[in-house]
Amino acid sequence: MSILLDSTTKVIVQGITGREGSFHTEQMQALGTKVVGGTSPGKGGTTHLGLPVFNTVADAVEATGAGASGIFVPAPFAADAIMEAAAAGITLIVCITEGIPIQDMIRVKDFLREHPQARLIGANCPGLITPGQAKIGIIPQRITAPGFVGMVSRSGTLTYEVGSALSAAGMGQSTIVGIGGDPVLGMTFSDVVQLFENDPATTHLVLIGEIGGSVEEHAAGLIARGSRLKTVAFISGRTAPEGKRMGHAGAIISGNRGTAKSKEEAFRKAGVAVAETTDEIVGLLR
Amino acid sequence: MKLLEYQAKEVLASLGIPIPPGMVARTPDEAVAAFSKLGPVAVKAQVPVGGRGKAGGIKLAKTADEARNAVAQIIGMDIKGFKVPLVYCEAALDIEREIYVGFTVDRDARANVLLVSAKGGMDIEQVAEELPDAIARLYPNPWRGPLDFQLAQLVYDAGLGDLARPLTALIKKLYRAIPDYDALTAEINPLVVTKNGDVIAGDAKLEIDDNSAWRHRELEQRYGSVLEGDPYEVEAKKRSLTYVSLGGDIGIIGNGAGLCMSTLDLVQRAGGQAANFCDIGGGAKAEVVENALAVILMNPEVKGVLINVFGGITRGDEVAKGIVTARDNLKMKLPLVVRMSGTREEEGRQILRQNGIEPGASAWEAAQKIVELTRAGVKA
Repeated sequence: MSILLDSTTKVIVQGITGREGSFHTEQMQALGTKVVGGTSPGKGGTTHLGLPVFNTVADAVEATGAGASGIFVPAPFAADAIMEAAAAGITLIVCITEGIPIQDMIRVKDFLREHPQARLIGANCPGLITPGQAKIGIIPQRITAPGFVGMVSRSGTLTYEVGSALSAAGMGQSTIVGIGGDPVLGMTFSDVVQLFENDPATTHLVLIGEIGGSVEEHAAGLIARGSRLKTVAFISGRTAPEGKRMGHAGAIISGNRGTAKSKEEAFRKAGVAVAETTDEIVGLLR
Repeated sequence: MKLLEYQAKEVLASLGIPIPPGMVARTPDEAVAAFSKLGPVAVKAQVPVGGRGKAGGIKLAKTADEARNAVAQIIGMDIKGFKVPLVYCEAALDIEREIYVGFTVDRDARANVLLVSAKGGMDIEQVAEELPDAIARLYPNPWRGPLDFQLAQLVYDAGLGDLARPLTALIKKLYRAIPDYDALTAEINPLVVTKNGDVIAGDAKLEIDDNSAWRHRELEQRYGSVLEGDPYEVEAKKRSLTYVSLGGDIGIIGNGAGLCMSTLDLVQRAGGQAANFCDIGGGAKAEVVENALAVILMNPEVKGVLINVFGGITRGDEVAKGIVTARDNLKMKLPLVVRMSGTREEEGRQILRQNGIEPGASAWEAAQKIVELTRAGVKA
């Protein structure tokens, strides 16, 4: 079992003919993901990587019955691509694109209210992977192994680092979800934690947060109300100064809000073990 | 991009918001010229941070000599790490009342929030903490913007009903900064009501989303080069690197924001202080590594560098060769510790060792090693 994605999920790729879209579609196929097509405006009717290409998402959904989409289009077009997918009835939208204007994402979030079937992951995220079954996005398969640990993270490479440590220790993962580094996000930690709670195959949980915003504090509040998962949290940016954006658009401490300390305290209060370095995560999870 | 006060005011004026007459000055002579045109002026340091008043960056000039002296004192002053490049000389206002209006992105609500308060002239964070009811809020629909009756409600909620008409009109104009300029935060604090009843922006802050720079090339061209911030950050920006100066003596390069932040944390845990944050993104291309090292080595405080690269599908041997080449091209003599993982990581480590670079098995071990090496360097 897993959350959100498995080997039966029919996936399309928006921007499939682009360099990134092509490369990662092949990686997704190599893992066994059921990619059924893609979109590229003006190239409808052609085939790419052996898959049918459509002009629009609506056309692709009609022809293939796809329920999930990975978005690899450039930032100026990405917000529209998310809304196009939602309007076409896609239920799982994964937006990898980095650098989408924040005001665009605020309008997207408002638009998604009219399409409650659509779950958005990202943007500016590595996507998600259910090891041994399927992935949408760019998480490398080689750092993962099938298993019982749910993982959810705001960071890409840090997820890979922790994923490979878990895999090496024999602690495979049910699903790994990268929710992204932007200030205005699709699914939050709480949304994903809720899904893991309801997934019988997931017994352990690793949360990788970072400074900025309060999605970690919200998730801690949720866990404090009762959780069956053995959980370890890690927060990066303990030494980050106030008012400086640390790479991710969302990784910024404003005044005394969004500090690593506040997030770690919230998790401790919820009974969650807090790892001080990523090396400690495996030991705390056992 | 955080605009300077005079830039923010130019943008507000373009939206139809009244601003006091003012002139930019870079020299004492220009300040005298501003004085002869405007009369008594406030001479204000132009830096993209708050608290310049307390730092001595604002002086009132009632004579031409005072204006000249104020400029001589303020230009070049260091305010929270920013060297003051120029001042804004602005006609002094006859203040009756001070109000606050602004907007920001509420991350939890994933929406913009308009804020109005009768308690102008104070730090709004402080007002929010001490008198939360003194701030009225409105979450406008992001597609159609705030409607007139919503704005009227906002103004009445703030207890400013006597100014309902002018304030409603002004906030509607201020909101245009979102659709027109992709502003993330705007603040007019204080919004001054003068003794003869005019409503006018006393100060202004405006932050434009860097992600939307492609939509607003004119702003970047007009204002992008004025700022004399941290020299290493400026250089890094020219080289398209994600770089933040931090003040310690150990240079840091990592791939991915989270990984890079956690590397800083490890260095501090090991007893060191990071000089910077530098995220070179995925792939760790040789050219990018060299650019990042070049910027870090510009800083004379740096005593050693730690590179932490997690390669998913990146080849470790190629990353190692890139690092060796970058070090040799830059004739780098300082201690360098590299922690890397990925495909062919053993071959990569071999290449590093052959070239006299310390590989660290884990990020934590690497952090301890660079702290140790830089300390040894200090003693010697």
